[in-house]
This record gives sequence, C-alpha cells and structure tokens, in this order.
Amino acid sequence: MRSTYRLALAGAAAAALLAAGCSSSGSSSSSGNGTSSAANWATETSASGGGGMNALVAAAKKEGTLNVIALPPTWANYGAILSAFTAKYGIKINSALPDGTSQQEVNAVKTESGTAKAPDVLDVGLAVALANTSLFAPYQVSTWSDIPTAQKEASGLWYEDYGGYMAVGYSSKFGTITSLNDLLSSKFKNAVALNGNPTSANAALNGVMMANLAQGGTASDISKGVSFFQKLKTAGNFSPVSATGATIKAGTTPVVFNWDYLNLPSYVGVSNWKVFIPQNAVLGGFYAQAINKTAPHPAAARLWEEFLYSQAANGGQNLWLQGGARPVEQAAMKSNGSINATAAGKLPSVTGSPVFLTQAQNTDAANYLAANWAKAVG
Amino acid sequence: MAALTSVGETPLTAPAGRPSGMQARRRKRLNMFRYVVFTVFGLFFLLPLLAMVRFSLEGAKLGTWSVTAWKQIASYSGTGIPPLISSIEITLELAVITCVVMLVLLVPTMIWVRLRVQWLARTMEFLCLLPLTIPAIVLVVGLGAIYNKIQHYSLSALMLFWVYVILALPYAYRALAAGLSAIDVTTLSEAARSLGASWFSVMVRVIAPNMRQAILNAVLLTAALVLGEFTIAYLLLYNNLQVELYSISRNTPNAGVLFSTSVAALLFGFALLMILSYAGRRRRGRG
Amino acid sequence: MAVAAATETGARPSRAGRRLSTPAWVGTVPFLAYVAIFLVWPTGIVVVDALKNPNGAWAFSNITELGNPLVRGYFIGSFKLCLLSSLLGAVFGAILAYAVASGDPDGTVRRLYLAVSGVLAQFGGVTLAFAFLALIGPVGLLFHASWFYSFPWGITVIYTYFQIPLMVLVFLPAIDGLKVQWREASENLGASAWQYWRHVGGPLLAPAFLGGLLLLFANALSAFATIIAWENQIAYIVPQQISTALSSEVGLSNVNVADLLALGMVIMVAIVMTGYALLQRRAARWLR
Repeated sequence: MRSTYRLALAGAAAAALLAAGCSSSGSSSSSGNGTSSAANWATETSASGGGGMNALVAAAKKEGTLNVIALPPTWANYGAILSAFTAKYGIKINSALPDGTSQQEVNAVKTESGTAKAPDVLDVGLAVALANTSLFAPYQVSTWSDIPTAQKEASGLWYEDYGGYMAVGYSSKFGTITSLNDLLSSKFKNAVALNGNPTSANAALNGVMMANLAQGGTASDISKGVSFFQKLKTAGNFSPVSATGATIKAGTTPVVFNWDYLNLPSYVGVSNWKVFIPQNAVLGGFYAQAINKTAPHPAAARLWEEFLYSQAANGGQNLWLQGGARPVEQAAMKSNGSINATAAGKLPSVTGSPVFLTQAQNTDAANYLAANWAKAVG
Repeated sequence: MAALTSVGETPLTAPAGRPSGMQARRRKRLNMFRYVVFTVFGLFFLLPLLAMVRFSLEGAKLGTWSVTAWKQIASYSGTGIPPLISSIEITLELAVITCVVMLVLLVPTMIWVRLRVQWLARTMEFLCLLPLTIPAIVLVVGLGAIYNKIQHYSLSALMLFWVYVILALPYAYRALAAGLSAIDVTTLSEAARSLGASWFSVMVRVIAPNMRQAILNAVLLTAALVLGEFTIAYLLLYNNLQVELYSISRNTPNAGVLFSTSVAALLFGFALLMILSYAGRRRRGRG
Repeated sequence: MAVAAATETGARPSRAGRRLSTPAWVGTVPFLAYVAIFLVWPTGIVVVDALKNPNGAWAFSNITELGNPLVRGYFIGSFKLCLLSSLLGAVFGAILAYAVASGDPDGTVRRLYLAVSGVLAQFGGVTLAFAFLALIGPVGLLFHASWFYSFPWGITVIYTYFQIPLMVLVFLPAIDGLKVQWREASENLGASAWQYWRHVGGPLLAPAFLGGLLLLFANALSAFATIIAWENQIAYIVPQQISTALSSEVGLSNVNVADLLALGMVIMVAIVMTGYALLQRRAARWLR
C-alpha cells in the first residue's frame, strides 16, 4: 500500500533526524538560562554599565559557552589564550573554522545569525572591520583609555588588538638575507612563497606591499611590489604552493613572507628559521576585535574582550606578546610596568619608522592586485 | 551505457579455452602488455601513497621513525576544536545516515517509476544527473539560507546528510539503474502483487534482494563520497573529517597525523571494497 | 482506503471512471520534493543572485562581466586544466581498463584494480595535494621539478590521479561489452588486430570513450579542494576565484560576482553534460 510506503519513508526520515539530533556532539545550545541578564548584556556598552566585572563574570558563567571563529591555535599564541580563558572562567569555547579569513567570519555572522552557532566575537582585518560596522555592538573594555585613539572606533564598535611587522622568514641553510634583492639569486629556486593569495588574504597583500616599499615604492601604489614578484617568477624563484607549517618543515617552501609573529621558529616548527625585516620597509598591520550585535552569548563575548585587554601577567595582552605579536596597549603597559619584559625583549627589532596602510591605500592596492596579480605571476 | 562497474560484477562472456598458434601468440603479447600496464600504473598510484606512509612514520626530526602519528589518530586534539576522533566518528555516522536516506529515497522511487510512472523516467534521470552539473561550490552558495533554517533545529554536523544525499544521487542512481534493468521488475512485482503482497513487501522482500549487488554498489559509492567530501562542509562551517584534516594541515607543523589519518581512511575504504567484491560474487553465481 | 484503490496492478481490470484515486505519480513526490528543496532551489538562488547588485536590485548587465578578460582568463584556465586532465585520464584510464578487462574476469587482479579505482576516484582534496607535496618536495621521495609548479602541468598530474580511476570505473562495462565472438569473427575474415580496432572495436567503444571523457571533464571542473590545498597564492581557475569572491578579506569580496562565476560554471558544465547524456544513450544501444 502506498500509505505504508509513505509511512516507511516518513519514519526513516524521522529516525534519521532523531538520530542526528540525539548524537549532536560538540556544540551545546546552552545559551544561558538567565534571560533577563542576557538581554541586558546584549546592549551594555561597558562592564561598569552592567553592574561591574563580577556581574559580568557571573552572567558569562551562566551562559557557559563562547563561540569564536578563525583563531588558529598557533597564531599569536591563541591556543594558550583560549586555554587560559577556559581555565580561568570555566567557560567552554567552540572554535570554528580556525583557518578562516576575516570575510568568512563576517559571512558566518550573517548566515548563522539567530542560531546558537553564530560567532560571538570577531578578530578581523581592518578593511573588513570598517566595512561591516553595522554587524557590531559597541563596547568599551575597562582598559579603553590605554588603547591609542587612532587604533579604535570612538564608540567601541571595533578596537585593534595586536599586530606585527611584515617579515621574510627563511631557512638558515640560505645563510643570512640582508636585502630583498638577495631573493632573486638562483639559490632560491622554487623557494619563495607568500601566505595566501594577495587578492584574498590580508597577510599576502601586506607581503606584496612590503616588497613594494623595499623596492622604493610608496604605500599608495603597489606596482613595484607586483613587479618584484614578477621578477621572482621569471627567475624561477616563486613557488605558488600553499605555505603551511608542514610544507616549511618538509622544505618545500623554505622562504615565506608573513607577519613576524607568524615567522617565529616555534610557530613554523623548524629550529633553523630566521626572520628578516627590511630596514626601509617596515610595514605594520593590526587586527581588530568586535562583538557580534546578535551574539548568542553576549555576556561571555564581553568577558572575552575584557580578558583580551586585561594587562595582567596572564591576561590577553601579555599572552599575545608571548606569541610574538605586539599588543595594542603596549605603550601604556610599558609605562605602568605591567608588560612582560622578557617577551617584549624577544620581539624582532626594527629600524626605521613603521608604515600603516590607510583604508584608501588598502583599497587601491587590492584593486591593483585584482587586475594585475594573476597576470604577473600566473 | 551501462552503469559504473560494480565491484563484484564479472562480465558475462568468459574468455575462450586454451588458445593455440596465432591466438597463443596474441595471448602472450596481450599478457606482456598487461604486465607493463599494471606495473606502470601500479607505480603511479603507489608512489604518492608510499610517500604518505613514509611521512606518517616520520619522527619529530626528519630521518627518524616513530608511530606517534598513528597513535595520534585516536588522541589528536586542537585547542577549542573537537578532537580528530570525533570528526572521524561524525563522518562515519554521516556516511551511514546518508546511505540509508539515499536508499530509502531512491530505491522505492525508482521501482515505482519503473512500474507505474514511466513517463517520469527521463525526468528522474535528468534530476539525478543534475548534481554532477552543479558543482558543490555553486550549490553551497545557495544552500546558506536553507542551512540557516536547519540550524535553528539542530547544530549537529550530521545535518549535512541532507545535501550529501543530493551529491550522491548521480552515482547511486547509475548503480541502482543498472541493477534494476538487469531484473524483470514488472513480472516480479505482478507476481508478488497477485499473491497478495503489499507494495512495501514487493519492494523490500521481492525486488530489493534481487538488486543486492547494485544496492551494495550504490552504498559503496555514497560512502566513498561522504568520506571524501570537503567543499560543502568547509563552506557551511561544519567540521567533518576532511575539514579537520585541512585545518590540521594549515596549523600544525607536525602534520604526521594528517598522513596517517588519510592512509587509514584509504585502507579502510579499500578493505571495504575488497570485502564487498568477494561478497557480491557469491550472489552473482546464483543469478 | 482510496489510496489502495489506485495501486492496482495491470492484472486487475481497469475501472472506467476513476473515483477518488490518487494518480501514480504522487508516489514520486517525496523524491521530487527533496530534490526541489535541496538542489533546484539553491541553484535558483545562485542564478537569480548572479543577476543582482549587492544592494538587491536587478542588474542584468552583470552577464557582460563574463566577457571581462580577467574573468575569461579564469574560465580559460579551468578549461585548460579540465581538458588536459580529462584527456590524460581518459586515454590512460581506457588503456588501464582494457588491461583489466582482458584478464581473468573473476581474478584477484581485476578485483584489486576495481577496488583501488573505487577508492581513488573519490580520493582528492587536501590529502591528495599533500601526498604529492610529500612526493615532490626537496625532502620527499623525488626531487622537486620546476615544471611541476607551473600551471597547469603539476595540478594536471594530480588531477589524473583521480581521473584515471574514474575512467576505469566508467569505461570498463563498455569493454566488457565487446564480445569475444566479434574478435574471432573478424580474425576469421582475415583482419589484423589494427584493422579490428579501426573498424570494429574502435567505433563501438567511441561513444563510451567520449562519454567518459565528458564525465571526467565535468568532474575536473567541479574539483575545488585539491587545488586550494595545493596552491593558493594565485587564482588560476574558476572555483578558486569563487572562493576569493566569497572570502576575500581585502575588500574584494562580492557575493554577486561569486554567483555570476557560479552561473558561468553551470552553463559550461551543462553543455558538457548534455553531450555526455546524448553520447551515453548512443553507447547503450550498442551494448544491449
């Protein structure tokens, strides 16, 4: 009978759904039983406004979970930061898409909005932060005044967190590099790689820009950088292979353009790794934090930000420092003595004044790359 | 054209008896050709796999050996992400659910169309081939809104089965269609019906057992697809085996566990296929 | 119940004037609904969004973007890679299939190669790219060769790794369908091996071969994971560019461009798959 058949089909589908629902491991939908406090915290713009740090901690603990996205454990010591946060507050962290780009974080916020899986907090490049402020909730951490004015949005929609300088990491088997033009010699055959596609990844775009500055170009015109990589390609030295820790270890990509905190020997996993930052091309880049306006765990999100900007010895700022990144409150921490001096001493020294790309320069560079990168090195 | 070769199937014609003279020479040349071909292709397929095995047995320093990577399959865990073993579990569960739903969806429908709604046969074939036409990366762009709704009910990665069944359609349909065309569905079902069987009985107890090889084949192709699927899980922000391997490859210098897991998955699939190949043979003998 | 009445087989006499009977096609509704929701609707969304602006207004002029030299470059890149890998896969796959088919039909070698093909046809993505990195890198089993890193050669070789097994799976039934008697008959008539292949075997296998070739082409076109795991610094092919359009963090992200590229891909694959379906029907006639 057809009804039996339909019944069987419906039964099977229901059984499948039931099985799926029952065995949903991992992400818990324990988005807080404290409905009133959750609603409050979703609109609070500071800890004091919501009743102080203790109230925030209590509300966050009630929520019990935090959703983060695109935080690789070996990127600026995020592994230790995630563990430290969970150890201190007992809040479970769900880390989605560790290898995601800033745009994917924003896409996740949009497509997962309203579900318990949506990211609570974001760590994005400036370009993406500036373009998506409508998705963020304004919040000012307790140490707000220690963040330089130029590195935060006035009402607290986004605020920079850590940064570094663009560097060339390389295996010591090549000796010592003193200038980018050294990379054009034949001993670097098939050896030089970027961290991703410059039309897609922030780190890669800055890699090309650093080469641009080293070759005498200006921040508003990235053409000299593209032609440098074109020269690399003609010399047979450019490797299009995705550079990862594993390819570095295997020796397939022994030279990588990447942020200095991602070129630490501990990050790349090989002990004979050196770092070179050209004197005349100190290109800095900071990332920015933001809280999702419709975060499923608003109190936990705000507590996370407080943790990241805490200047305690085991707080976010010092943990980032230990990861080789420069925390945004570094200047203030130096003067009030809370900085981890040993870690600060290990940062690669730079000569020359750092350059930071403005939004307009970033856009111009991206557009130029979109039109010319594939042609130049493809 | 006949479907994808089922693993246990043997061709209907047997080679001729002991050849002699010209046929013997031809046979010898043919055998030479076969040895050469098998050696060359064997090497081509084997070398990268050997390289993977070698790197999976690599110790912390290049040149040393250790089985850490293999032990790590059960224990590997990155901060904040579920351990590797749980993504393996999820993928295996997904494979099972996808196979079940695919069979429940396709087999009755195909039998029904074959028997009663023949004018829909072309449409069904077209619809089943369609997923091959629409690349996964295209599909996932449009799936965002649908999965947003699904995520209001369940956050589990097992919800991927909805779209995996679609991805499996072309392969499963071809396999099942081959099985269906090899048996006389009309006579069988009429006979069963005239003896008073319900449609459910006809499908489950009469026709399906005659399609055992084809069903096994379809299940196998679907399982292989689920084990290897990356794009949709990645872009929908779920964590399945391939996505987790990708994450590990991007974030860990000691990627030994990447190789050991892949080799293990390949060996598992291979073992499954060989078992099914021998299991299917017995059925075939009875015709 | 009325439902039962409609499920009469042909054995029962047909009734004049069906009353309360549900037509037979209703039984296919679950399948049709499933496919509609999870396949047709998402595709519809992609096609529609391809013709819209980021702010939601219709913009049919987006289609002209497909003529943009940059975009054309991606499609040409995809075409090159797919054509090369499917040709290599088809030719070598056919040779391997012939070698497999001409052996003992019940033997271990045949089972082995079929099992291997079944597994490797779906083996792609991260692990395949990594296997080749392990093979080719300076510390790998082979020295790295420069030509391997240039597009499309290296990635083509990697693609053939799963194209050849797929071809074996698809082409083997066709070779099995070549009856021994035909070969014997042609030899009785005095034909040499070359003549046999040129006049009998070749034309018989041609539709299946071309069908397999097209299937391989469509398969290569959709492949995404392998190439982004292998090389991600330059976008050579359309799927890479779709990924950039979806996830670029330097301001070049544009969902409508992604949809447009996707639409282009769908058109390209649709042409290929129509050819496949037509050829495959031709081949089926011969093998019946």
